[in-house]
Amino acid sequence: MNPFSSETRLRDMIRAIRACKTAAEERAVVRKECASIRAAVSDNDNGYRHRNLAKLMFIHMLGYPTHFGQMECLKLIAAPGFPEKRIGYLGLMLLLDERQEVLMLVTNSLKQDLNHTNQYIVGLALCALGNISSAEMARDLAPEVERLLQFRDPNVRKKAALCSIRIIKKVPDLAENFVNPVASLLKEKHHGVLLTAIQLCADLCTVSEEALEYFRKKCTEGLVKVLKDAVNSPYAPEYDISGIADPFLQIRLLRILRILGHGDADASDLMNDVLAQVATKTESNKNAGNAILYECVETIMSIEDSGGLRVLAINILGRFLSNRDNNIRYVALNMLMKAISVDGQAVQRHRATILECVKDPDASIRKRALELVYLLVNETNVKPLTKELIDYLEVSDQDFKEDLTARICSIVEKLSPEKIWYIDQMLKVLCEAGNYVKDEVWHGLIVVITNSTNLHGYTVRSLYKAIQTSGDQEAVVRVAVWCIGEYGDLLVNNIGMLDLEEPITVTENDAVDVIEAAIKRHTSDLTTRAMCLIALLKLSSRFPSCSQRIKDIVNQSKGSLLLELQQRSIEFDSIIEKHHNLRSALVERMPVLDEATYSGRRAGSLPAVVSTSQGNPLQIPNGVPKTMDAPLLDLLDLSADEPAPQNSSGPNFLQDLLGGDVLSSASQSGTTQPQKGGTDVLLDLLSTGSPPAQNGSSTADILSISQDNNNNKTSVDALNSLSSPMVTSVQSTPASSIMDLLDGFGPSPTVPKDNGPAYPPLVAFESSSLSLIFNFSKQPGSPQITQIKATFTNKSSDIYTDFIFQAAVPKFLQLHLEPASSNTLPGSGNGSITQKLRVTNNQHGKKSLVMRIRISYKLNNKDMLEEGQISNFPRDL
Amino acid sequence: MIHFVLLISRQGKVRLTKWYSPYSQKERSKVIRELSGMILSRGPKLCNFVEWRGFKVVYKRYASLYFCMCINQEDNELEVLEIIHHYVEILDRYFGSVCELDLIFNFHKAYYILDEVLIAGELQESSKKTVARLVATQDSLVEAAKEEANSISNIIAQATK
Repeated sequence: MNPFSSETRLRDMIRAIRACKTAAEERAVVRKECASIRAAVSDNDNGYRHRNLAKLMFIHMLGYPTHFGQMECLKLIAAPGFPEKRIGYLGLMLLLDERQEVLMLVTNSLKQDLNHTNQYIVGLALCALGNISSAEMARDLAPEVERLLQFRDPNVRKKAALCSIRIIKKVPDLAENFVNPVASLLKEKHHGVLLTAIQLCADLCTVSEEALEYFRKKCTEGLVKVLKDAVNSPYAPEYDISGIADPFLQIRLLRILRILGHGDADASDLMNDVLAQVATKTESNKNAGNAILYECVETIMSIEDSGGLRVLAINILGRFLSNRDNNIRYVALNMLMKAISVDGQAVQRHRATILECVKDPDASIRKRALELVYLLVNETNVKPLTKELIDYLEVSDQDFKEDLTARICSIVEKLSPEKIWYIDQMLKVLCEAGNYVKDEVWHGLIVVITNSTNLHGYTVRSLYKAIQTSGDQEAVVRVAVWCIGEYGDLLVNNIGMLDLEEPITVTENDAVDVIEAAIKRHTSDLTTRAMCLIALLKLSSRFPSCSQRIKDIVNQSKGSLLLELQQRSIEFDSIIEKHHNLRSALVERMPVLDEATYSGRRAGSLPAVVSTSQGNPLQIPNGVPKTMDAPLLDLLDLSADEPAPQNSSGPNFLQDLLGGDVLSSASQSGTTQPQKGGTDVLLDLLSTGSPPAQNGSSTADILSISQDNNNNKTSVDALNSLSSPMVTSVQSTPASSIMDLLDGFGPSPTVPKDNGPAYPPLVAFESSSLSLIFNFSKQPGSPQITQIKATFTNKSSDIYTDFIFQAAVPKFLQLHLEPASSNTLPGSGNGSITQKLRVTNNQHGKKSLVMRIRISYKLNNKDMLEEGQISNFPRDL
Repeated sequence: MIHFVLLISRQGKVRLTKWYSPYSQKERSKVIRELSGMILSRGPKLCNFVEWRGFKVVYKRYASLYFCMCINQEDNELEVLEIIHHYVEILDRYFGSVCELDLIFNFHKAYYILDEVLIAGELQESSKKTVARLVATQDSLVEAAKEEANSISNIIAQATK
């Protein structure tokens, strides 16, 4: 049997696989092949090993698992002949990656092959090592590779040079060993060796500063000369690509000169002439020539300044930019981004062309161009550029809109000269692509709106118009609903008209119509609807005449399946219905939101902005240092990265928004004391998103808030206390209206005035004659320890003597009994015995207390015994 | 540096993969899926570069095959196009007007040639002639070994007749 006849059988398998009509058929063929290969593997069949491996590689390419063939590769590599090794190394590179343990086993074979007398076997080993070497292998085999850099055949030297790149990337410490051999390789004439040596040299320079210095001193001149020769070389068919002599070599030379010239005036001086020559002499009608020009421009931009050359480079880019070939335009945009830090003015000249590229049908070009425009925008050109971009937004692809809106919003935010312009532009963006903008964008817009007091009327009227035309854009709807809720009165009465505005007539009913439409729109999500409810509540006070209508709309959500909406509508309904006296204070306008802190908080979540390679980082205007003590920060951290304090299922920020409104209106507008208490309670009623089951704790929160506010704490504290279920005493008597409100929400517990948490006394044991009552107390700071005061009372007429109380607890508790106050218990409830117990709960918070008790005493000299188990301790002891 | 080379047919079938950066088998199939989706859907007149996961993928279509190479952001895209063309021309010379079927049935040859063009994700040789000569020499080494084995088995067959 001929061991080298694998070709036919491999062909047969490929044919069989290609003949398969369905994936199932293919799987069956592959399964059969894999089974026979596995059998051959376990038989250790030498003859077909390389044929099997070839098949496995094909199967691997189809995406099937082939790990069982890995050891076969090693066996083939260990075989003596070239054909076996050739396929073995190929399999090794294909089936394994550097993270596999099997690779360690091949190190020894590689070492032998690197020292082999057959140069092609050496070549195979170098190739494998260069492609898949791990750090350990690199360390072990570096001396062999280093030696091979001086091998007699240039084809081995070039492979060794590339292999060295892999080695120094894996183990940068080894770099210094390669510096001297490379310096001598750079003097060679063989193109392959030269190419690879230059590449190795470039990589050495990036890992080692000393290597860079060394090459800069010793080799710059030589490399300049090599480039000069390459540019001026006569036609050489072997290396010619469309009339240019070895563009690959020229590109690599330009690249190494860039590295050597960067930051060094002397080295840069040396290469000026040759760069000018490349820039002017290279033909730009073919890709190869453009590739060289592209590299050359980059080198000119990176080396030390030489005015003339830069003009040349910018001109080349200008030519590129107007090229009809998309590839050339793409690289031009790419390079202009780097050039912008070198010569911003020159790049600005191409602004119109770049702007055209934003509208290119090619997504890659659009993306590049958009990033470049983003870098080009400054105070002087922001208005025309933004106009262009927004105009384009109308016609752009759906999948490009997200990027585009993000950039436009970022530009507008960064450079807007005045607020009215900002608001106008943002409205345009929202109208065009409101479904594509991120939440931060419209949150930010609301912050700006609240800050521009004189524009409130203008804004709400613009939004009113916008929602008529672009009611299908979620973000428009949200902002409009929010603003109409806040500034509805300005809308109806045309207050704060600007000169440029045309007056519009909007009745109160029209305004409510808008909100009603928004809440009923089937595409509105929970957030929008919840915002609508709040807006309605606010309007109910702003437009008293529409109050009944608003109430009807709110009522429609009472049956909502969404808890958030249902609860909100029930609460709001009760406010509209019953509490006219406090409603106006409750729904007062939001205070001005703090712009600096909001943007400071937001800066962290902004997408990273492209910066130029020249280390000229963009100034992100939002990078304002975050002020920690901003009370309203939480209110607007709509994109909250930390979990919000409440535990509701709905969007928390709405509650916060409303809560903040109420809170600050309470603390700013000097309403009277009882009303203040009332609003605070309402605050929590409104903002608590907890399910009804938690009524007990939410009322506790109400109380804590009212106390906090009475103590004139900041609103943030009040909000914080929402999250901690702390029961504190009530110092101010709530107004009667509070009690009404509380009616619907369960009884309010009586709260003892005490520092630590308090627990009701527990009747631990009761018989017809004897009762035992436990009183609990805890030391603040040690929640797991409970002090229990046991009080025994004798209800019978007889006296109990020799009274002994015993108790037992499970293992997770520790019990300490103190001596009883007496051992005689007088009858008829005329006295009592008290005894103190101390229980330490090692699983506090997880398990509650449980206790067995035994009480023995003598009644008329007769022994009596009572036993019982107490498992109804308060849960959190 | 070239991180990987992919040859994908217009139907999305993989014809050759070569990984110069470590990717696990799982990542590899994910990369192939992602990229074939992106590249095969692009129109004919668009530029040959796709930005992907912070890298650039340079691709070029030759008949029914897409040749793709993944490079770093700062690498020279135009040069990589030239490298792709360089490789294709060498394949063309080797197979004599190469077609997809050549690369299917002789996929290992395509790999051997690629290994003479690229090592460690860097270009190894700019002369097509040199690459062709090196591959031919190694092929003849295999042929010689084959013939030797044949003659030995003939001798054995003769002797045992």
